[in-house]
Amino acid sequence: MNKKKVCGKPEIWKDPPGAAMYCPGCQHPVIDRVISEVLEEMNIDGKAICVLGVGCHAFVQVAWDLDILSCAHGRALDSATAVKRLNPDAIVFTVQGDGDCIAIGAGAFIGAMARGEKITTIMFNNTNYGTTGGQLAPTSLLGQKTPTTPRGRDAALEGYPVHTAELAAAFKGTAYSARGSVHTPADYQRTKRYIKTAFQKQIDGVGFSFVEVLSACPPNWHLSPIKCLKRIGEDIVSEFPLGEFKNEDSTERLSKSR
Amino acid sequence: MAEKMFVQGNEAVGWGALYGGCDGFFGYPITPQNEVTQWFAHEFPKRGKVFLQSQSEVGSINMLFGGAAAGFRVMTSTSSPGWGLMQETISHCAAAELPCVIVLVQRGGPGAGSIRHAQMDYITATRGGGQGGYKNIVLAPGSVQEIHDLMQLGFHLADKYRNPLVVLMDGILGQVSESMEAKTIEFEPLDQKDWALKGRERQEDGKSRLINAAPGVLPLPPYPNYISWLKHMEEKYHEMEGSELRYETYKAEGADLILVAYGYTARVSKEAVNMARAEGHKVGMIRPITLWPFPYSVMKEKAMLGCKFLVVEDSLGLLIDDVKIGVEGRADVHLVGILDRHIPTDGGMIMPGRVFEEIKRLL
Repeated sequence: MNKKKVCGKPEIWKDPPGAAMYCPGCQHPVIDRVISEVLEEMNIDGKAICVLGVGCHAFVQVAWDLDILSCAHGRALDSATAVKRLNPDAIVFTVQGDGDCIAIGAGAFIGAMARGEKITTIMFNNTNYGTTGGQLAPTSLLGQKTPTTPRGRDAALEGYPVHTAELAAAFKGTAYSARGSVHTPADYQRTKRYIKTAFQKQIDGVGFSFVEVLSACPPNWHLSPIKCLKRIGEDIVSEFPLGEFKNEDSTERLSKSR
Repeated sequence: MAEKMFVQGNEAVGWGALYGGCDGFFGYPITPQNEVTQWFAHEFPKRGKVFLQSQSEVGSINMLFGGAAAGFRVMTSTSSPGWGLMQETISHCAAAELPCVIVLVQRGGPGAGSIRHAQMDYITATRGGGQGGYKNIVLAPGSVQEIHDLMQLGFHLADKYRNPLVVLMDGILGQVSESMEAKTIEFEPLDQKDWALKGRERQEDGKSRLINAAPGVLPLPPYPNYISWLKHMEEKYHEMEGSELRYETYKAEGADLILVAYGYTARVSKEAVNMARAEGHKVGMIRPITLWPFPYSVMKEKAMLGCKFLVVEDSLGLLIDDVKIGVEGRADVHLVGILDRHIPTDGGMIMPGRVFEEIKRLL
């Protein structure tokens, strides 16, 4: 009889200090857990090389029993590119924050998609720079008050929220792009399916695969963890719709995609 | 196996890297080193090696960060503006102790400067140009053959010390064609890279590896804290200084005047020494092959014998500072620099005749 694990911690999750580095109510370790479950269920954790940027997302380096490279801010996809090109049999994935991926790392992100790198990127979107105190991020909502937008994000001054998953879908080299969240159990399961599909695209050698995941940041949002989930379900999801934006099965289909 | 060929300095970078076991090249087009990138585009894929044109020099150097972390011999090549862009991650490579080779074919500066030769990046090359005061070996070839040889030494020393290494050239050295013998040079055996990332199940001990460049934020074993890690780095830098100094002397024995130069201006200086010797002047040359570590002690020794110094470098004077440090105020140090070029354009060069004039003026 096949046994399926229904509770307990993932095997690749080390004992503390691991998750202890995250603030109460932070959803980053929840998303880390989704990734852990996917890696274990697909049995690819042993040949995975995880490449991290700089930001709260990178604290997972002390928690995961994986080969991990922690890069310069915004550069994970450049470094991951070389890891994958030199070591094509490895499963190479980046975990990045929204600032790391689409602000300082925008050049690396676009370069990797333009080349159709066979890499999987999981981008955590908490609509601010969590590590440095919650400043304006490309993903901050209009009106969002942050230490660098004390009167709220004003489109005339700071522009509009950047839709990264939709941007990724626009690149011909991208095989898969989706946006998920973990603010309800159903969304947790859907996001897990997205991440699994993204890794499958890499295994199948189709192209770049990308999953953006919304994440709560209670200290910087100045909300309780419960109210953060409500904010995600209402304000954030209405700006950043959940779902799949691109899903192609072959390089032939990618070359014809518009 | 050895191959005799007549090639450009920029192509010699490629042959040296190939025979030195380079696995991957990552680069972005910039003049005057485009022949380097193009050589790798032609020669690497057909040999099953990786060539990739990056989206920027920032991309190139971060690709080196990844490729080196995966345990491969990786390199890039650039010219001065691209060199500026790479500094942050060269520092990260130093912090994460990731070996890689960066070839810098210098052009005129500052800013976009000129697209022709110059020697104006000496300070950033030799002083750890990025943040945080790291150190890296700098090799300065003076001929096409030496480019080939030092590329191989460069990969060896980068791996030996787990440190980024710079091969410092200039536009003229890159463009000059000479005959060269391509062959693998044997070095002392090095340990396997058991620190490299392969995926946990491919590690011999089955244990996962972590590489980061923030030793003061997240301490990495075996260093329990930031200062113990810095102490380790200091010891490594001392070992490089003690073991890796390389220089060449030319007719320096009994000389009254010592010329100091590297790269193309060392070729010019050698010619000027010959002109001076032909007229009976006691003139010699010291050519540092490693610009870091620098042969300070040799400068001091000559200064104590009463020698004068003439630095020949195609800049407003950068190498001259190291010579002054070496002589410790015991000798006069003069400069023939970029203002002494034969014509006042970006195509001007420091010519042997101009150096010879200065030699006669000083003696």
